[in-house]
Amino acid sequence: MGEVKEFRLQCPVPLNDTDHVQLAHGGGGRRMHELLEGLLLPNFSNEALLERHDGATLTISGAKLAFTTDSYVVRPLFFPGGDIGTLAINGTVNDLAMCGARPLYLSSALILEEGLPMETLRRVVESMRLSAASANVQLVTGDTKVVDKGKGDGIFINTAGIGVIEHDISISPKNVRPGDAILLSGDIGRHGIAIMAVREGLSFENAIESDCATLWEPVKALLDACVEIHCLRDLTRGGLSSGLIEIAEAAGVRCAVNEADIRVREEVAGACEILGLDPLYLANEGRFVAFVPEHEAERAVDILRNVDVSSQATRIGRVVDGPAGLVTLKTQLGTERIVDMLGGEQLPRIC
Amino acid sequence: MKYVDEYRDPEAAQQYVTAIRGLVTRPWTIMEICGGQTHSIVKYGIDELLPKQITLAHGPGCPVCVTPVEVIDKALQIAAQPNVIFCSFGDMLRVPGSINPANSSGSDLLSVKAAGGDVHIVYSPMDAVKIAQQNPDKQVVFFAVGFETTAPANAMPVHYAKQNGVTNYSVLVSHVLVPPAMEAILSSPTNCVQGFLAAGHVCTVMGYTEYEPIAMKYRVPIVVTGFEPLDLLQGIYMCILQLEQGRCGVENQYARAVRREGNRPAQELVAKVFRVVNRKWRGIGEISQSGLGLAANYADFDAELRFGLSQYTAQEDSECISGLIMQGAKKPEECTAYGNRCTPDHPLGAPMVSSEGACAAYYRYRRLRNKNLVEVSSRG
Repeated sequence: MGEVKEFRLQCPVPLNDTDHVQLAHGGGGRRMHELLEGLLLPNFSNEALLERHDGATLTISGAKLAFTTDSYVVRPLFFPGGDIGTLAINGTVNDLAMCGARPLYLSSALILEEGLPMETLRRVVESMRLSAASANVQLVTGDTKVVDKGKGDGIFINTAGIGVIEHDISISPKNVRPGDAILLSGDIGRHGIAIMAVREGLSFENAIESDCATLWEPVKALLDACVEIHCLRDLTRGGLSSGLIEIAEAAGVRCAVNEADIRVREEVAGACEILGLDPLYLANEGRFVAFVPEHEAERAVDILRNVDVSSQATRIGRVVDGPAGLVTLKTQLGTERIVDMLGGEQLPRIC
Repeated sequence: MKYVDEYRDPEAAQQYVTAIRGLVTRPWTIMEICGGQTHSIVKYGIDELLPKQITLAHGPGCPVCVTPVEVIDKALQIAAQPNVIFCSFGDMLRVPGSINPANSSGSDLLSVKAAGGDVHIVYSPMDAVKIAQQNPDKQVVFFAVGFETTAPANAMPVHYAKQNGVTNYSVLVSHVLVPPAMEAILSSPTNCVQGFLAAGHVCTVMGYTEYEPIAMKYRVPIVVTGFEPLDLLQGIYMCILQLEQGRCGVENQYARAVRREGNRPAQELVAKVFRVVNRKWRGIGEISQSGLGLAANYADFDAELRFGLSQYTAQEDSECISGLIMQGAKKPEECTAYGNRCTPDHPLGAPMVSSEGACAAYYRYRRLRNKNLVEVSSRG
């Protein structure tokens, strides 16, 4: 039998703040937010940056423009449903779309590792060409650097983009208010599982493809129909949870969502069960949430459903009065719990 | 999803809740042993559905939480060495130790990794032995932690390495066993637990014959229980039914996965590769015959011996009350450090580290209840 020799009810000393960069600092979760709020925002504080939007909206000589940038460091370079090239175009196009801007021009900076097969580079560039054509954007400037073998990971890509805002709707987290409906453009988690399956050599009965896609078309459909959009946010590394928490914090509101209304494909749900992951935290590359006034909700869902990439759009919840910065989820059993921001990495280096 | 959705059905859950309400005539305290069960209970709010007389105490069944600090320290020291590939389940990477071998600020494996250590997350222990075969010039060490559930999977690559002469593979073992911990809790003078939900996955391997003498000796009902909401509600129902009727047997709610005798080939492999040893439990202390270490025949694969760390010890020192939490004597919210000085990003103690730890589960899903905590969280 077990004999208790001693009961020392003690635990270790607190962790100090980390003084090395960890993967979690780029993971889209709480660590990354600490970096933003603690280091980057204080050093570069300005009106556009403090909007905490997916891109900056700027008025230049009377023209309203959106400007954004993103870097892509995905491993593996190729995965079911896309590759680093499609991500590099779609990701930046989507950030512009989330500002309500028609994407126009992109820059591209390639950082290549010595020894990378030229064929790999050709495939990636071809993907970039196809994605840019499909999003109707032009790649108008760029840069290429090569680093020593072992100092990179095949290819890193940075793209920046400019889009034009051709309407008077103000789309920003600060416009989100209690009573708004929260719409989700489709099922979640496919990109995260697709990447993980390739990276870790996991095979499922049916290959799970990334949802990687450009999101300008559904946003354009909403704008064309003059839907009074309060805010848009594409769901990337931190998943639906981080997207909603970021908005809730920036707008000083609470987002209340229903688990039963959040669509997760069966194969993604199955993979999550096996791997002990939560789909709310899985990366997406072709999904967004839209915040619209209650009276616009039904019409907005109908409009989204008429566009291929958002054909499974649903209303998943609503914005309510505080506590500010919280996201709560009504479980399938009818109880309510908090959706917390991911502390560290669920999947390292997805995009 | 088949085999999952039917165990999360809201209507069936409500029927169980109603049935439990109809059953309870007085207060009862039931402990779920396994951290996976704690996580499910808090995630789905199952305790909130129950009548107020029922208290669920969250047991010590999270292997990440109970791995002693000195074993974490040993892992850090091994992982920081230049010729080592250190392989671990992902959860262990954030558990704080007490030292800082890589001169990084944090004392966890993630910090060692950030400072240049070669730390791999693996999904199967067999992956680690494959890495050893692919890197014959490196020492590959697997962090073998867990309860009886993972013991066969952790035994397999050791057995494989011995059979196939993979000499650059070793394991840092910190395996623990459920029945001695239950006895430790039941023999404690402060014990308040009147019934147990035994950990379903542990019992898929071990069966439940070893619980029968415990139920008899301490006169407590023990129900082998699964992890889905309906499993837990049914397990609680079965346990309360026994309590209300004054019975104290071992019953099996998780019959779709667990047989009384368990998985014999898995048990044989575990018995071959491991031997029962005394083991320290983080936050609780040493419990005799409560863990597994490598058997003498497999001592060549013991990373502690290979890296000269078998004599290393470490002390823990802080205000964390994890021992009381893991015995079910206190709830996380009753700790003064919970949610302010102790959070998942800055854990004072092990139950705040792992997602299966009771404190982390409460913090993740329950902060809303406490205004002070909400203010902390809104500062981001």
